[in-house]
Amino acid sequence: MSLFDIFSVAGSAMNAQSQRLNTVASNLANADSATSANGEAYRAKQVVFSAMPVGQNGANGVNVAAVIDDPSPMRMVYDPKNPLANETGYVTMPNVNVVEEMVNMISASRSYQSNVEMMNTSKTLLLKTLSLGQ
Amino acid sequence: MLNRLDDMLNFHTQALRVRDQRQQVLASNIANADTPDYKARDLDFKSALQGALKAAPVAGGVMLATTTPGHLGGKPGLAADAGLLYRTPAQGSVDGNTVDMDAERAAFADNAIHYEFNLNRLSSQIKGLLSVIQG
Repeated sequence: MSLFDIFSVAGSAMNAQSQRLNTVASNLANADSATSANGEAYRAKQVVFSAMPVGQNGANGVNVAAVIDDPSPMRMVYDPKNPLANETGYVTMPNVNVVEEMVNMISASRSYQSNVEMMNTSKTLLLKTLSLGQ
Repeated sequence: MLNRLDDMLNFHTQALRVRDQRQQVLASNIANADTPDYKARDLDFKSALQGALKAAPVAGGVMLATTTPGHLGGKPGLAADAGLLYRTPAQGSVDGNTVDMDAERAAFADNAIHYEFNLNRLSSQIKGLLSVIQG
C-alpha cells in the first residue's frame, strides 16, 4: 500500500534535513576558527540533496548525495600581530556567511516540521483504514 | 453473485486506491522541496479514477495470475505512473526546483480529507450489508 511508502519518504526527508541542520551547526560554531587539525582555517560545509526512488510505487525520497566544501573565497583579516598571519599580515578566516546559515537553518526546520506533519497525517489515515467496517 | 458484491463496493475501493496513490505523489513532492532540479508532479484524479473504474489493464499494472480455469480474475492495480502530470510552477527558482510548499500542503490536506470520506462511505456500505445479513 502506497501509504506505507510515505513513512520511508518522510523519514528520508527528515534525515536529510537533520544532516543539513548539522552542517549549519558546525558552520556557525566554527565561524571564527582560524586553524584546525590540518593547520588550515575552517572551510564552510554545505550538503547536496538528491531525489532517490523509494519502494516500487514510484515514490521519491531525499538523500544527501555529498557534503562539499563551500567554494566561496576565504575571508582575509588584517592582523599582523597574530601568530597565524601570512607574510603580508593577513590571517585567513573561515568563509562562513552567518546570514546564509541562519536562513538555511530556518528553511531546514520548516521542511522538517512539514515532514513530521505529513508522517502524522499518514499514520492517522492508516489507523482509520484499519478500523474499516467497525 | 460475488461480482455483485464487488461491483457495489467497487467505486469507493477504486477511489481509495487512487487517493492513496496521489497521497504518495504529494508526499514525494513535499519531501523533495529542497532538492535542486526536482519537478513537482501530481495525479489528475478524475482521469485516474475513470481509468481505474473502467478496469482496463494499464501498462505496468499488476495482474492476478490465473493458472487454472476455476481461478477468479482480479482487477488490475494502478501502474506506478498512471496519469502523472507535472505541476506548473507559480514562481521561477534558481535551482530548478518547482515545488511550491503551500500548494503541496493544501493538496495533501485536501487529499487526506477525501481519503477519509471514501473510507467513511465504504465503511457505511459494509455496515449496511452486515445489517442486512444479520437481519
